[in-house]
Amino acid sequence: MTIEAIQEELIDEFSMFENWMQRYEYMIELGKSLPLIEEKLKTDDKLIKGCQSKVWLNSEMKDGKIIFTADSDAIITKGIIAVLVRVFSDQKPQAILDANTDFIDEIGLKEHLSPTRANGLVSMIKQMKMYALAYQTQLKN
Amino acid sequence: MPFDIQKIRNDFPILSRKVNGCPLVYLDNAATSQKPQQVIDCIVDYYSNYNANIHRGVHTLSQEATNAYEAARKKIQKHFNAKEAFEIIFTAGTTHGINLVANGFSEILKKGDEIIVSAMEHHSNIVPWQMLCEKTGAILKVIPMNEEGVLVFSEYEKLLSQKTKLVFVNHISNALGTINPIEKIIEKAHEVGAAVLIDGAQSCSHIKPDLQKLDVDFYVTSAHKMCGPTGVGILYIKEEWGNKLPPYQGGGEMIAEVTFEKTTYAGLPHKFEAGTPNICGGIAFGAAIDYLNSIGFEDIEEHENELLKYATEKLLEIEGLKIYGTGPNKTSVVSFNIEGIHPYDIGTIVDKLGIAVRTGHHCAQPIMDFYKIPGTVRASFAFYNTLEEVDALVNAVKKAKMMLE
Repeated sequence: MTIEAIQEELIDEFSMFENWMQRYEYMIELGKSLPLIEEKLKTDDKLIKGCQSKVWLNSEMKDGKIIFTADSDAIITKGIIAVLVRVFSDQKPQAILDANTDFIDEIGLKEHLSPTRANGLVSMIKQMKMYALAYQTQLKN
Repeated sequence: MPFDIQKIRNDFPILSRKVNGCPLVYLDNAATSQKPQQVIDCIVDYYSNYNANIHRGVHTLSQEATNAYEAARKKIQKHFNAKEAFEIIFTAGTTHGINLVANGFSEILKKGDEIIVSAMEHHSNIVPWQMLCEKTGAILKVIPMNEEGVLVFSEYEKLLSQKTKLVFVNHISNALGTINPIEKIIEKAHEVGAAVLIDGAQSCSHIKPDLQKLDVDFYVTSAHKMCGPTGVGILYIKEEWGNKLPPYQGGGEMIAEVTFEKTTYAGLPHKFEAGTPNICGGIAFGAAIDYLNSIGFEDIEEHENELLKYATEKLLEIEGLKIYGTGPNKTSVVSFNIEGIHPYDIGTIVDKLGIAVRTGHHCAQPIMDFYKIPGTVRASFAFYNTLEEVDALVNAVKKAKMMLE
């Protein structure tokens, strides 16, 4: 699936919920399906800076696509990173770099986050795009 | 109820607002207190009727503003029972006061001198001293605490020696609510000739200290913790220390005479009050103190103790909930975690239910490191909180637990 198609799918899914409580419950659910980073990779250099809870993110290249795995010590945060991994994992670096992130506003994710958490969300996306840029540069060389 | 809680709540306009569709339950009083109409009116009155710069003009407005500002200083002196009004220095807040003292001691301390802080200090009471030690070569010693979150007094006694020049302790820990035995701490420090600074930021809204009786050398606090505005606070400085410490900042107001060859400094308190101060803030601080005294600190303490007892009991009924700071002398702060759940997750859910609590390390990372936790959820109660609000908190935490497990 393309990034846009996955984003559309998420917008549809989140539009079914009437209130924030259901959205949070769904995010917690999504957190459970997150492809987990291997325990031995949970080192400080894999931590995303700017998050108030701990978020580890790993990436590897497989058949020209980036595979993300992650984890967090907070459940809601884990749901947030799960949403992002679903969108950006198993995609080509260029597609990740080109993707816009308007879907976050459309599913109402940001408005339900405290400013500190919203900053964390921005850091997560930035980190994923950084990985994509690094792999893209490698491909070109 | 020892007093009319509904009448008190009506004084605070913010308490009737809604958050996320739910009535606001404000339990972040250790971070800052809400403001009663009396204080808000005082601020509006100042800017509407007698805003002027102080201590310099001969015109009527300037005199009115000066009189009101100096009357506030006297009010604060009386409240904290300082010997002289000039021992009360207006500051921008607690952190400013601490830095002012630290700066003064940078001229006094010598290499090898020792200063003592407690293990339960706020970052603002750790960092300035570390900077001071780096600058002077003095050594920072730390009074340890036990599992209950209580300072180990015998260890404190061991740390004291002729080398000790300064002891800095908060009256009440912001993260745990523990009330420290400052009387004994001051007495012991004085026995070895060390000066003591007490950080009253967390205690001033609960306990009215008697600075003369305590015989403390320095006491700092912030107005916003006691129903006053942000950006203003006081440093109490015992007269002899006030004369001994050099000025902190140069500027207007703090001088007696200026020529390009030599400037002589003004006496206390102006020596430490360079520039145009937070005039309105100082006056409103006085109004806040009047307000608290009109309710009465005995009644405040009694009501808050009732809230603390009830909240502690009810929260402990939740399975897996652990409270940090369980010493016998505590103020109305409950810092807790639920086993297996991150404090941020709990904070996020309860906020959606209209409840304001603090989550995180509370600017006291050493305490979190001590307990090996990332942070806590902290509910801190004020005299305007009710038992029903405690119930709302407990129900919200239960709901969060259900969702997050």
